[in-house]
Amino acid sequence: MSTPLFEIDKLSLQYHTNGGAFHALRDVSLTARRGEVIGIVGESGSGKSTLVSAMIGLLSANAYITNGSVKINDTDLLTLSERKRRRFRGHDIAVIFQDPMTAFNPVLPLGAQLIDFQFHRRGVSKRDKRQHAIDTLTHVGIAAADKIMAKYVHELSGGMRQRAAIAAALVMTPDVLIADEPTTALDVTMEAQIIHLLRQLSHDHDGTIIVVTHHLGVIGELCDRVYVMYAGQVVEEGPVDAIYHTPGHPYTTALIDCDLVHLDETPRTLPTIPGRVPDLAPPPAGCAFANRCEKAQTRCFASAPPRVQIAKEHAAWCFRVPGHEVAQ
Amino acid sequence: MLNYTIKRIALAFLILIVVMLGMFGMVFLVPGDPASVALGPRASPELKALLIERMGLDQPLLTQIIKFFRNAATGDLGIDVWSKRPVLDVIMEVFPNTLLLGLVSIGWALIAGIGLGCVAVVYRGTYLDRVLGVLSVSMIAVPSFVIALYSLLIFSVWLGWLPAIGSGEAGDFWSQLRAIILPAFAIGITWVGYLSRLVRASMLELIDAEHIRTARAYGLPERVVVLRYALRVAIIPTIAIIAVGLGGILSSAIFVESVFSRPGIGTLMTSAVQKRNYPVVMGTVLFMTAFYLLVVTLADILIARLDPRVRDVLRG
Repeated sequence: MSTPLFEIDKLSLQYHTNGGAFHALRDVSLTARRGEVIGIVGESGSGKSTLVSAMIGLLSANAYITNGSVKINDTDLLTLSERKRRRFRGHDIAVIFQDPMTAFNPVLPLGAQLIDFQFHRRGVSKRDKRQHAIDTLTHVGIAAADKIMAKYVHELSGGMRQRAAIAAALVMTPDVLIADEPTTALDVTMEAQIIHLLRQLSHDHDGTIIVVTHHLGVIGELCDRVYVMYAGQVVEEGPVDAIYHTPGHPYTTALIDCDLVHLDETPRTLPTIPGRVPDLAPPPAGCAFANRCEKAQTRCFASAPPRVQIAKEHAAWCFRVPGHEVAQ
Repeated sequence: MLNYTIKRIALAFLILIVVMLGMFGMVFLVPGDPASVALGPRASPELKALLIERMGLDQPLLTQIIKFFRNAATGDLGIDVWSKRPVLDVIMEVFPNTLLLGLVSIGWALIAGIGLGCVAVVYRGTYLDRVLGVLSVSMIAVPSFVIALYSLLIFSVWLGWLPAIGSGEAGDFWSQLRAIILPAFAIGITWVGYLSRLVRASMLELIDAEHIRTARAYGLPERVVVLRYALRVAIIPTIAIIAVGLGGILSSAIFVESVFSRPGIGTLMTSAVQKRNYPVVMGTVLFMTAFYLLVVTLADILIARLDPRVRDVLRG
C-alpha cells in the first residue's frame, strides 16, 4: 500500500488550565489516502475542533502536544518551524471554516481576501490571481462571480457565504481539504445543496477531504471511511457501511440510535445518550465511555480497552465488541 | 461612498442650521432686550431706539433670521461689544491656543491609552489588568476641572514645579511647554481611561476572532495578518472615540482654561458670559459647534471608508 497522503499518528495534546492538565486528545491516529473522503464524527467536547486546530498547526497558547505526528506526504508538520509550517497552510492543507459569517474579514471585500489567500503562488500576477478566484467561485456554483468579488461578507446570503468559504479553501488547490462542520450554520435545503457540492468536489478533487461533524447523516452522505471520536480518543474506525450496519463500539451504536433518520416513528421525546462526557483533567483510567455505557463491566472502569480488529479496516476500542468479546 | 459623504455633510449642515436657529431663539427668550443690556440701566429711551434700529431689531423676525444666516455664512459673526472688533477675529486670535491644547491632550492620551490598553491585553486576567481597569474607570469618572484644580494645587502651589497660570511667553518654546503640561494633563487623563478600555476591548475581541484565525489558517504571513486584517478592524472604534474626544475637549477646555487662566476659546466664552457680551457668546458657541461637526463628520467619513458595514446603515 502506498504511503497515505495524510497521516496522524498517536497524537496527544493537553491544555494547561488552572484545574490542571486537560487531556483534549489521547493517542489519536488517522490516515487518509488520495481520493478518499474521511469523516470524523463526535459530539461537542469530543476533541474534534482541537484536532482540526492541531492539523493546521493553529493551537491556542495553552495547548501542548505531548506526543505524535501530523504528516502530509511524509513531512511532519509538528517538527517544522513556524515559518515553514505556514507555507503548508492554505497550500497543502486548508480548512473550510464552520461559520463563514465570522470566518471572513468584515472590512475587506471578498475578492481581496481570495486574492490574499493565494499568497504562496509566487510570480503570479494579481490579475491572474483575481481571475483564478473568479474561476473558483464559479466552480463552487456562484453565478456572476466577478460581481461577488467586490462584495463584503455581510452583503451575501447564507448559502452564498458557505460557497464562498469553500472557494476560499479551494483557491490553492490543497491536497488535504478539511470541512469543519460544513453544514451546521445552514438550513435544511441549503444543507442538501452544500452536501451535493462537496460530493461533486470529492470527485474532481485530487487529494483527500476530511469532513468533521457531529451529524452522522452528513457522514453517511459524503464519506468513505469514518473515525468516531469520544472524549479526545478515537473509539471506532471503519468504512461507512460497516459503521452503520455493524457498529462495534457502544458509543457508535448510541450515536446511530439518536439519529432520527433511522427511526421508523417520530418519538415524542428526542432520543439522547444519558450521562455526560467525562472530565478529562485527568482522564478516567478505564474506558472514557464506561460511565454512560449500558454494557459496562468492572474491567471497563479499571483499564483501557484494547483495539479490536472487527474486519479489514474496521476496528473498535472496546472489551465487548459484539462477536469479538475480549476474554476476562 | 460618495453618496454617503454627501449625505453626511448635508446632515452636518442641517445640525448647524438647527443650532443657529436655537441660538437665535435664545436671544428672544432672554429677559430684557439686547439694547437695554448693551447700554446699561441708565440709557435714555432715544439712545435705546437708536441702537435697536442700528442692530436691526425693529425689522420683521424673518428678515432678522435671514440676515443672521447670511452674515454667518460670510464669516461675519458680529462685533465684540467691548473691544469693537469683529467677533471672528477675536475667536481666531485665541483659537490656536485651544486647538494646540486639544491636540497635545489627545496626543498624550492616545499614547498612554493605547499603551495601557496593550499592557492590559498582554497581562489579561492578572492583578495588573484589574488594577489598570479600576484606574481607567477612575480616570473616566473624575471630571477634568477637579483634576485641574488639584494638579494646580500640588504641582504649582505646593511644589512650585510648573506655572499656575497663562500660556507661557510668546516665542519661548520651553516656557510654553511648561505652561501646557498641567492643562493637557487635566484634559487628557479622562481620555487615557477611555482609550485604554476601548483598545483593550477591541484587541481582545480580535485575538479570538474567527477571521483572524482564517487568515492565519490560509498561511498569510503575520505582518499581513496584523497590518491588513487586524488593524483595519481594531482602529475603527478608536477613530470614532478620538473624534468625539477632540470635539469634547473644547468643552473641557472651558473649565480647564478658566482654572489655569489660559487664553483660549474657553476663557473667551466664560468672560463673555460674565460680561453679557452676547455677540461673542453666540460667536464662540457657533464656532465650537461648527468645529465639532467638522471633526465628527470627517471621522464618520473616514470610518465609512474603512468599514463597509457603516456605509450600508446610512444607505438604508
